[in-house]
Amino acid sequence: MKTKLVDRLLLGLAVFLLVSPAVSVFLWMLSLAFKNEVDNLSYPPVFIPSPPTLNNFRAVFASGPFFQYLINSLIVSGSATLFALLIGVPAGYGIARMKARKLMMTILVARMTPAISFLIPLFTLFQLLGLTGTLTAVAITHLVITVPITVYIVAGYFETLPAELEEAAYVDGCSPWQRFRHIALPLARPGITVAAILAFIFSWNNFIFGAVLAGRETRTLPVAIYNVLTFEQIAWGPLAAAALLVTLPVLLLTLVIQKEIVGGLTAGGVKGT
Amino acid sequence: MRKPSPYLWFIAPAVIVILAVIVFPWAFTLWMSLFEWRIGSKATFVGLTNYTDLIGNRRFLESVAHTLIFTAAAVAAPLVLGTAAALVFHQKFFARGLLRAAFVLPMMATPVAIALVWTMMFHPQQGVLNYLLSLVGIGPSEWVYSPRLAIACLVMVDVWQWTPLVMLIVLGGLASLPTESFEAAHMEGASRWQTLRHVTLPLLMPFVLVAAVVRMIDALKTFDTIYVITQGGPGTASETINIYLYLQAFSFFQIGKASAVVVVFFVLVIALSWLLFWLRERSKYYE
Repeated sequence: MKTKLVDRLLLGLAVFLLVSPAVSVFLWMLSLAFKNEVDNLSYPPVFIPSPPTLNNFRAVFASGPFFQYLINSLIVSGSATLFALLIGVPAGYGIARMKARKLMMTILVARMTPAISFLIPLFTLFQLLGLTGTLTAVAITHLVITVPITVYIVAGYFETLPAELEEAAYVDGCSPWQRFRHIALPLARPGITVAAILAFIFSWNNFIFGAVLAGRETRTLPVAIYNVLTFEQIAWGPLAAAALLVTLPVLLLTLVIQKEIVGGLTAGGVKGT
Repeated sequence: MRKPSPYLWFIAPAVIVILAVIVFPWAFTLWMSLFEWRIGSKATFVGLTNYTDLIGNRRFLESVAHTLIFTAAAVAAPLVLGTAAALVFHQKFFARGLLRAAFVLPMMATPVAIALVWTMMFHPQQGVLNYLLSLVGIGPSEWVYSPRLAIACLVMVDVWQWTPLVMLIVLGGLASLPTESFEAAHMEGASRWQTLRHVTLPLLMPFVLVAAVVRMIDALKTFDTIYVITQGGPGTASETINIYLYLQAFSFFQIGKASAVVVVFFVLVIALSWLLFWLRERSKYYE
């Protein structure tokens, strides 16, 4: 009985030691975002904002077209994810049924390639086409992130579906398209949802594509907050507030649907380029 | 001739997109690496000159060394910590799902956002890290402003960010282990430490190896956090291949030279991945 108690305590301690560094950086971000500038620069540091202020957030919205950047990010990540689903879900199905290993290998090797190596050719291509600085160009490059994630997760999910139902449909004379549309697709909905969420998050988080290709008006949020750092007077409060605004949706999403997200991530150890 | 599979139609659109945004850039890079080409000027064919130039390029060679040091540390530490974390999260305890999600937050968060917060934490005068050091009686550190410590600091951020990924992969492995081995070990009266050392860890090795490969590829490619926190500085003290590459391509617009760096980098990634798999094959014979 006594060893059991000691066990519980040790386990609790281990969990605390693991989770607290992960969380404390975000808590510090919160603290910086809600403190006034005097407290942010004081030493020893002030931990709890008292009283908490929204001035930093006001400064973020006043300093630039934050909503414009938000909309840019939504358009880029939204369209790159939608397009990836449109072509990636059927492809995942085809790969699962054909056991097309070569295409899967291409996708894996793509994951090994640094993002910049895609950027140099695409950058030159967009210059030729006169697309540099447009949202279209940024969204197209984001396909490099969203398509592999979608195909990878969805193909894995289709492979786990029982074959009996589709075989029965085959005997009944259903075409491959009908089998996909009416049997496999509805069954795969959970896998598709996870793929969509992860593709969107990793596209949302991406910095380098936008940093190179976007113009002043077409920056995505991560690029915009990075520019706050470099081109304006460094004020910690607004900077932390901006960082918080960009990453908060992702954090909340992870906490709310943690089971699905963790499952999807474990499936292949996937991550954006 | 064999009738083409009806499933080809499902794959075709994705193949076209992958050809356009993934395979075309590879081919283009390989081709451009044979040219001397600065954006805005005319490209001239120079053969392998871009490659041979790299051999004598001190800044490039240093960036390779920085990359290898960074990668070695940013793979080893998360492997140990992540495996330990997986063993902990494999236990049952109160609010496990939520706490596991909290532990995973660093890898899901926007890298630029967390890099900005770390930058503020590293600040030598007002940063919270030096305050925490002073609490335990250690004098202030220069953190990323010190050429000697810059890479170590970046490794610290990377470990913080990516240990969860190793945890998830190993946790997936733990869930799939056969229960018989554990029952057998229990029957023979093995202690928990013995079970861990002689049953669990050997069975987990394949998963740890997968995690090692994934982690290594990501560590080699690390860009956002390094670029935001140090930009490769101070000076070039923390300049990795990826940062060097970025400057060549998008600050100096030396497309030909940068393409050659990409090819070398890519060969390095493949070679190191292959090395890890080779080590795994070899270790099998000794079991």
